[in-house]
Amino acid sequence: MANSTNPISGLNKIFDNRIRLGVMSVLMVNEEISFNDLKQMMEVTDGNLATHLVTLEESGFLKVHKGFIGRKTNTTYSITRTGQKAFGDHIVALEQMIKGMK
Amino acid sequence: MSEQNQHLDAIQDIRRMMKRSSKFLSLSGLSGIAAGCWALIGAYFAYDWIAEYYNNYGDNGYSGAIFQKLKFNLLLLAAAVLTAALVSAFFFTWRRANKNKLPLWDHTTRSLTLNMLIPLITGGLLILAMLSYNEWRFVGPLSLVFYGLALVNASKYTINDILYLGLSEIVLGLLNTQFIGYGLYFWAVGFGVLHIIYGFAMWWQNERRPVQDY
Repeated sequence: MANSTNPISGLNKIFDNRIRLGVMSVLMVNEEISFNDLKQMMEVTDGNLATHLVTLEESGFLKVHKGFIGRKTNTTYSITRTGQKAFGDHIVALEQMIKGMK
Repeated sequence: MSEQNQHLDAIQDIRRMMKRSSKFLSLSGLSGIAAGCWALIGAYFAYDWIAEYYNNYGDNGYSGAIFQKLKFNLLLLAAAVLTAALVSAFFFTWRRANKNKLPLWDHTTRSLTLNMLIPLITGGLLILAMLSYNEWRFVGPLSLVFYGLALVNASKYTINDILYLGLSEIVLGLLNTQFIGYGLYFWAVGFGVLHIIYGFAMWWQNERRPVQDY
């Protein structure tokens, strides 16, 4: 990578948002997690969370699985390879930014 | 807020969410202490009843109405101890979750319960099967071993101390196989003393002062 010396390049605009960053953190350590569990952990409204999940899905960072428990829909999410890589790069970039500023 | 603080905040957020979403952290050490106390009280009564049985009816053997009565009483005692231990364990953990404003029943509690129940139910059924063949000698050792395995399995989803408690229970259970007939003593140590020691250690490490890490 030509621009690997530039720490800012790794910082991902998509993770600027606290909720999107939180969702990705949770997905890194949980194989699969439901919409309701995410909502409970992020302490946000349905609509708000849904918007951020769509953004992450459109970037190819997470996979959506639609299922049913009885008649109720049960949507679960898991992280993709792309998502893992992007998140990892983001953390490395954050670390370098902090180191660089000291 | 400076940019550096912003990035530090982001990293702390990430760490917090990862930890909180994969482990049930509200488990209270006081739960262990309470369960241990109930176990010791139960063991005291069981010891008393068994001693009384042997003193008064020494030659009755393991049949007859009086022996059946002792068996029934001991079973009732075991159920009472288990209920008391579960209720008080639940209470202290519920109180801690409440204090930290964390949900008591979320997906971490679900994985914790499931992973604990698999070895526990397996062991319970195995012991019942052995009892149905009148094989009672391994009730003590096996209940300690399977309880230990359940804790080791569950430790991935909660505070790490549970791993060491589980390992201690396994060692104690295996030791007990070489001292058949002293099951009650091993039980009192495993379910009583160890719970109190580890419960106290957990409380000392994590609960004495309010935690800021959540």
